[in-house]
Amino acid sequence: MSANVAARWTTQTRRFEKNAATREPAWVKAALMTVALLFFGLFLLLPLATVFAEALRKGWQVYFAALAEPDARSAMVLTLLVAAIAVPLNLIFGLAAAWAIAKFDFRGKQLLTTLIDLPFSVSPVIAGLIYVLIFGAQGWFGPWLIENDIKMIFAVPGLVLATVFVTFPFVARELIPLMQAQGREEEEAAIVLGASGWKTFWYVTLPNIKWGLIYGVVLCNARAMGEFGAVSVVSGHIRGRTNTLPLHVEILYNEYQFAAAFAVASLLALLALLTLIIKSFVEWQGRQSMHTSQNISEVIQ
Amino acid sequence: MSIRVQNIVKRFGAFVALDNVTLDFPSGELVGLLGPSGCGKTTLLRIIAGLEAPDSGQVFLDNHDASTADARERQVGFVFQHYALFRHMTVFDNVAFGLRVKPRRQRPGADEIRRRVQELLSLVQLDCLADRYPAQLSGGQRQRIALARALAVEPRVLLLDEPFGALDAKVRKELRRWLRQLHNALHITSIFVTHDQEEALEVSDRVVLMNRGRVEQMGAPDQVYEHPATPFVYGFLGAVNLFHGRINGYQLQVGEENLPLAENGFQSGTEALGFVRPHELDIDTDLASRAGIEARVERVLALGAMARIELTGAMGETTCHYEVELPRERAAVLKLSAGQIVRLKPARIRLFASDSQSAEQVPYLPVEHMVGGYGENI
Repeated sequence: MSANVAARWTTQTRRFEKNAATREPAWVKAALMTVALLFFGLFLLLPLATVFAEALRKGWQVYFAALAEPDARSAMVLTLLVAAIAVPLNLIFGLAAAWAIAKFDFRGKQLLTTLIDLPFSVSPVIAGLIYVLIFGAQGWFGPWLIENDIKMIFAVPGLVLATVFVTFPFVARELIPLMQAQGREEEEAAIVLGASGWKTFWYVTLPNIKWGLIYGVVLCNARAMGEFGAVSVVSGHIRGRTNTLPLHVEILYNEYQFAAAFAVASLLALLALLTLIIKSFVEWQGRQSMHTSQNISEVIQ
Repeated sequence: MSIRVQNIVKRFGAFVALDNVTLDFPSGELVGLLGPSGCGKTTLLRIIAGLEAPDSGQVFLDNHDASTADARERQVGFVFQHYALFRHMTVFDNVAFGLRVKPRRQRPGADEIRRRVQELLSLVQLDCLADRYPAQLSGGQRQRIALARALAVEPRVLLLDEPFGALDAKVRKELRRWLRQLHNALHITSIFVTHDQEEALEVSDRVVLMNRGRVEQMGAPDQVYEHPATPFVYGFLGAVNLFHGRINGYQLQVGEENLPLAENGFQSGTEALGFVRPHELDIDTDLASRAGIEARVERVLALGAMARIELTGAMGETTCHYEVELPRERAAVLKLSAGQIVRLKPARIRLFASDSQSAEQVPYLPVEHMVGGYGENI
């Protein structure tokens, strides 16, 4: 797991720095740190601070009014709804894909591994466009959908589809290297001991990948709630109906309601901070369980 | 319970892992499957366990055809080379796993499970470690827990894949003795895979030697050591000196020299390979005698009761290496020194026809087992 690698790195760099043979002059260290911190401050910290500063510029009252507004609330509900559908779907897809790739040999495995990364390499706008072309009124299934009175594009199903596409790789990418590293031996041991496929999964496979899975889900969720491009194409921006939080921010901004735009944006920023906290916690837990394995034993009881 | 495998063939792509293997493992015996890496021994073990399906052939457990039975139904205990302990479970939970995953009707109660696990942990002498996690155990302890876990489901046979492969030499030796004692106490039909000939000869009731997917020989340890059936077995079971020559009556003609033969089933003029173990060679410092083969002392290692002498000899164009083991007293009498020319006299030569199929495999002997050789490929 990345957490484990990080821990090993820290001890290595410490030795590297203490060793006179490999130590760089002080000014190199200072220069590197200045550059890094400057960039960090300018491009990460400052914008984040600005979001909250702008959101609260006109006081708490305006801030809460912007959040309590019906359109904003429906955007929140919609964002939560889309994430609540897309994340569990990707949890299942990701788990299945990682399992297939890590534990089985089959033709086209390399292709599948490559294709899983497709949503990362394709522009989200194109992802949205694909669904418009397939399910839109002029698309392949358009006439059939209209005939049967099913709304995909400019409706919630389209938003879910676009979000699922964009966030597909997170869980799978996290699990594949983990499951490959763990191999099949523990599962084989369970099978020889008479455990059924389900029990093997539940008592052996799942506890071993638990922290990696949670890590992937947290990242997947953050992206699902924050996705803009793909969702923007399929949404149609119907206020109160198909606007998610990021789209709502854009609309408010375009209407020069800066304080309200930043207020809603601050929600997304808070979500990002919360994600980081959970992510760090999960990494820490994963490391703990690597060392002592103590934390996860209750799962089995 | 007896195990029988019949005409097992297994290929991995173009590689033939098992080439028509038929073997009988009698009930209650501890059998060692011995061979170089890649000889198919682990694959055979996994096929018996049901973790791998053969391309053709059958597996009989207790005279019942188990070829199509699922690994879960075969009731075998399997100890993996790297233990494969469940890393997120305590030692206790690891051992209890097999009992806890039984279908509800067959599952013993919690108290019964606790009692059985405690019993097994004391059998492997690790009852004090029940609450530890695998990561907190030493290699030898993990190995014993893996064994206890396999025994928990009361398997009909016990299969061990390189059980001591990942341990250091001292622990390895201790565990070896311990496994033998355990087997004497339990008498469960067991097969273990190893590439270490000393281990196989020391622990097993019976040894199966495998090479390149085929069975070379099966027999009691002393039998296979004293009467190797093929050049491969001879070379694998210990250091050998190889003499490549031609049969000439009751002599083996090696280059210009002649070695006397006690017995000879070969026709004169046949190309033959003579195998001699290091302890079966004697050294003669009297160069006037025409017996034996000329060689030059390179190194004398006197460690413990035996002295090991490394020599080189010239056979035409090629140089060949010999190894001789002498009792220390004998070496002291000879007063050997590096560079000295001596004559080697075999007390016993084991002959194999050099054009026979099995002799073709000689160049593939693992390097560590080859000390001497005369020939183009060695």
